[in-house]
Amino acid sequence: MAQVPVTEGVFTWPSEAPQLIGSRCVACGNHMFPVQSGCPKCTGDKTEQVLLGRRGTLWTWTVQGFPPKAPPYAGDVDPKTFKAFGVGYVELPGQIKVEARLTEADPEKLKIGMEMEMVIVPLSTDASGNEVVTFAFAPVA
Amino acid sequence: MSTEVAIVGIGMHEFGRTEGVTGMEQGVIAVRRACADAGVKWEDVQFAFGGSAAAGAADTMVSQLGLTGLQFINVANGCATGGSALFSAYNTIRSGVFDLGIAIGFDKHERGAFRVDTRGAGLGNWYGASGLALTTQFFGMKINRYMHEYGISHSTLGKVSEKAFRNGSMNPMAWRRKPISEQEALDSLMLSYPLTQYMFCSPGEGGVALILARADKAHLYTDKPIFLDAAVVRSRRFGSFEVLAPSIALEHNAGPTVDSSKAAFEMAGIGPEDIDIAQLQDTEAGAEVMHMAENGFCEHGEQEFMIQAGETEIGGKFPVNTDGGCLANGEPIGASGLRQVYENVLQLRGQAGARQVPNDPKVAYTHVYGAPGISGVTILSR
Repeated sequence: MAQVPVTEGVFTWPSEAPQLIGSRCVACGNHMFPVQSGCPKCTGDKTEQVLLGRRGTLWTWTVQGFPPKAPPYAGDVDPKTFKAFGVGYVELPGQIKVEARLTEADPEKLKIGMEMEMVIVPLSTDASGNEVVTFAFAPVA
Repeated sequence: MSTEVAIVGIGMHEFGRTEGVTGMEQGVIAVRRACADAGVKWEDVQFAFGGSAAAGAADTMVSQLGLTGLQFINVANGCATGGSALFSAYNTIRSGVFDLGIAIGFDKHERGAFRVDTRGAGLGNWYGASGLALTTQFFGMKINRYMHEYGISHSTLGKVSEKAFRNGSMNPMAWRRKPISEQEALDSLMLSYPLTQYMFCSPGEGGVALILARADKAHLYTDKPIFLDAAVVRSRRFGSFEVLAPSIALEHNAGPTVDSSKAAFEMAGIGPEDIDIAQLQDTEAGAEVMHMAENGFCEHGEQEFMIQAGETEIGGKFPVNTDGGCLANGEPIGASGLRQVYENVLQLRGQAGARQVPNDPKVAYTHVYGAPGISGVTILSR
């Protein structure tokens, strides 16, 4: 089954070591995610594309305990088979805190400050039978 | 010297679920009740600001209320829609353009968590598709971090819910009127850790209307005018942590609540110690806790003691969310902020019935917070 990204331009794909694609303000160096043309920090209007780090620390987290509404959600919404998933902000040193799904959903195993690494996870199957993938962060073993 | 402004009439349609009555009709009923409360006829109302998030364009309600030709401006500002309508009405009178007007908010939402229009919210479709476009996640993550930093306990979250439902049980306009215990709140379904079902408000229905007049003419309509000493709306600044944000800056900055609170106190010329009663945005139990500090009523972390000691109860030193808040009333987005003002007017008039606070309140405070990082504050006095 072929894998397709949930969207183009948010993370590098295909890739052995996928990275999120962000922006950096040419004037003040502020990082943004996803890509945008203007800087919310200094109001500058020139930004350049930058790849974000793959590792960081968990800044905060929650667990999505019920199926989100579809649309917009593309994943499993059947209450019988839905599996809770973690969501958190991962602080990428020197860059920015990014929001992402987490591969871990057990509150006992999620700790603020723990090391996390970016991975690609399956989300759904599209009409052509392709596996749609998105980005997530996983605890570093 | 600008003109002072008073609230001279209030009207509300019951919050909750009202089958067969549209959100717009609930707004119309609220307007009629507000007019009756002030003793004014619809044709006396010179201008209106009104809005809803999901129940239609407010200005179309004139076809039910009467085509008097008044200036009617629709307001759409997310969770601050009601607050923005009130801000606009307040400043219209202060500026001297009109003497008598109305602020209206109403709504009717589908069941379950809010369905976020990612495109309308300025986000890519991938964000919702990946399961990140839920406002509930933000609230779980904000309070989880806050508990970690400031030592707030799960028990305190449960106590906030317990208080909300108990206060709601004394409010005939509330949706949830059955008291629950702290333990029941803690044991209910975990929706977004650490927040359970009974710690979250539900999208709902309802309508509120407030009639405003020049303060020097308020006696024409009421013997208990309530003066609007401040009405402020602020958006977020760089570095704040907000709902529906794919990323946040490394550097931290206080959110719009802190900014709007400071501006409101400056406008009214008083401080947090002068407030007798407060209605604070409690989208979920943790929000009430965090907003107590963000609005300047305590230091971060002090809420743990205050709530455990019962200080925010109706009979406590500093009553918070006396009508049951969003937790017991639900969240009809357009109406929520005006509900808080409605409750404070009742309390300041001494007309809140079984839930009247016993501290003879003279100054009251309201606060809303919502997507995409917006806050509104009012200060009322008698």
